[in-house]
Amino acid sequence: MKRLSGLLVLALLLAGVMLAQSGLMITGAGATFPNPIYSKWFDQFHKANGTQINYQPVGSGAGIKQVTDGTVDFGASDGPMNDEQLKAYRTKNGVGILHFPTVLGAAVPTYNVPGVNASLNFTPEALAGIFLGRISKWNDPAIANANKGVNLPANDIVVIHRSDGSGTTYIWTDYLSKVSADWKEKVSKGTSVNWPVGLGGKGNEGVTGLIKQTPNSIGYVELIYAAQNKISYGTVKNAAGTFVKADLASVSEAASAASKTMPDDFRVSITNALGKNAYPISSFTWLLIPEKFKDVAKRDAMKNFVKWAITDGQGDVEALSYAKLPKEVVDKELKALDKVQ
Amino acid sequence: MATSSIHVPSVSPVEGSRSFLSRLRSGDEIARLFTFVFAASVVLLTVVLVYELWVASPLPRQKFGLAFFVTKLWDPIAEQFGALAFIYGTVVTSAVALLIAVPLGIGAAIFLAELAPQKVADPLQFFIDLLAAVPSVIYGVLGVFIVIPMMRTVIAPALKATLGFLPIFQGPAYGICFLTAGIVLAIMVIPYIISVSREVLLSVPRDQREAALALGSTRWESTWKIVVPFARTGIMGSIFLALARALGETMAVTMVIGNTPNISASLLAGGYSIAAVIANEFTEATGELHLQTLIELGLVLFLLTFILNGLARLLMLLTAARGSGTGRA
Repeated sequence: MKRLSGLLVLALLLAGVMLAQSGLMITGAGATFPNPIYSKWFDQFHKANGTQINYQPVGSGAGIKQVTDGTVDFGASDGPMNDEQLKAYRTKNGVGILHFPTVLGAAVPTYNVPGVNASLNFTPEALAGIFLGRISKWNDPAIANANKGVNLPANDIVVIHRSDGSGTTYIWTDYLSKVSADWKEKVSKGTSVNWPVGLGGKGNEGVTGLIKQTPNSIGYVELIYAAQNKISYGTVKNAAGTFVKADLASVSEAASAASKTMPDDFRVSITNALGKNAYPISSFTWLLIPEKFKDVAKRDAMKNFVKWAITDGQGDVEALSYAKLPKEVVDKELKALDKVQ
Repeated sequence: MATSSIHVPSVSPVEGSRSFLSRLRSGDEIARLFTFVFAASVVLLTVVLVYELWVASPLPRQKFGLAFFVTKLWDPIAEQFGALAFIYGTVVTSAVALLIAVPLGIGAAIFLAELAPQKVADPLQFFIDLLAAVPSVIYGVLGVFIVIPMMRTVIAPALKATLGFLPIFQGPAYGICFLTAGIVLAIMVIPYIISVSREVLLSVPRDQREAALALGSTRWESTWKIVVPFARTGIMGSIFLALARALGETMAVTMVIGNTPNISASLLAGGYSIAAVIANEFTEATGELHLQTLIELGLVLFLLTFILNGLARLLMLLTAARGSGTGRA
């Protein structure tokens, strides 16, 4: 009898351990842009470690809100949290929250100009002028001078932007704020802004749909969306004066150029980065992880995941058209992981 | 109501409770109780909904007050918000939709109920019911790929050539505009108007038609002067349903309206609607004020639906009073 109950206790203990292992579940919410790679990572991590990570791609703003309210274990965002949001987090939770870059993305200009099949070059002045409504014709010198040999029509430009709040809009307006003082003053940067001109489409697919349907239009979409749907897009002149087409290499270069001056909290904008071939409208996307976890098992699993994602996990990102983190950033992040307690 | 109370004999309290028990046993009272709870839950749901929207949006009420209704500016960065452009877009697109859908829908319902042979009417009705069940995103896609190009290349140029002197048909036409949104909405609400109106017309008693015919009216006269007025209340009901659907439609509108907070006399310009801006900006609203303003917009949409429905009912009462008492049904 005694032996039997001993066995029973042992069995219960074992079952408990197994349950605890297979039942460990971490929840997160936030940005939609990195969702394809995150889903892949979470799936692989679950298979390898048994830790289940449940991620809801509800948008960066909602991700910040949910992690601040404590309804999820971690958040994710395409734009870094601002000082006000960091303060709100600290007031509410008593500890800070850390940013961990995971992959890189970019926003690219895409257009529909009848009779023009060539890839167009855009200067920062041209893009800011078009989106401010100051440049209203396709044959304006600001566009034409950068596109010698292309026969641009004298038609009115139709600007198409995202209507839903979006990290892509954040990157795009962050860039325009850096290259145009007028833009910074009149519009500034954000996930939704008060657009001076243009029509809005919902999501990358909405913007693409409206551009296809509207002759003489220009808009912006995520690089991964353009790559996966074979949408052609133009080059943008970077801070070094080169016209660069967005691709994995040029986006990564923007990141390495910026990583030399990377602040310790990783909250950095890499738009208009220096570097000869750096694509200027690039950005990190971040995981938002609390400094302190109540549940030790969760904390360890979370740290394991971040460590794995920024090292081995980087092998998967290029297949999905994201750019890899530069090595300097990875090293810095591995050190920063110690701050999570 | 009045007739049923005549049959209930006046009873003393004791007899009353006994008869309550017997009614309870026979199930009548239970059925009454249950159905009452179900009916009351609808009212409760409405009250809870308004209450929740109200308590979740105190910030914009403090900051903007009533100016919220008359301000056009919508700037999430500067945190300046006004609802006027969205109210305008919602009202204009719904009005365009009803202007197109009401005559078409009622005309089709009259044909199906009164004039078409059964063999034609039944299959047609099947298709109409099918249309009512199509998800709105499909109508949005239809709008993007068919209505927008048609608007840009055919409809807008034709309107500008013939009625271009009217301010509502001026300015550049990209096809993404109030008018396109109104047309897509019209296509969406027509099945509702047809289905409900046809049912109502079919339920008009046969003697009404026979009496009219016996007095020497033609078939059309009996339809237009007797049957349609008799069914007026029900037909109005179908229009209310269509209006409610048009006011609240989100997906199809956001795909074709251009999503730009704009007030313009021209129907060919882009705009925005209340439901569309809520759907677009809710997930990424970062500031508390922005979020609460979107919730308050939900309340505004509620209010707008309430007011427009009230106005429509008032209109019905007025026209019914002027008609010779035919709107009784």
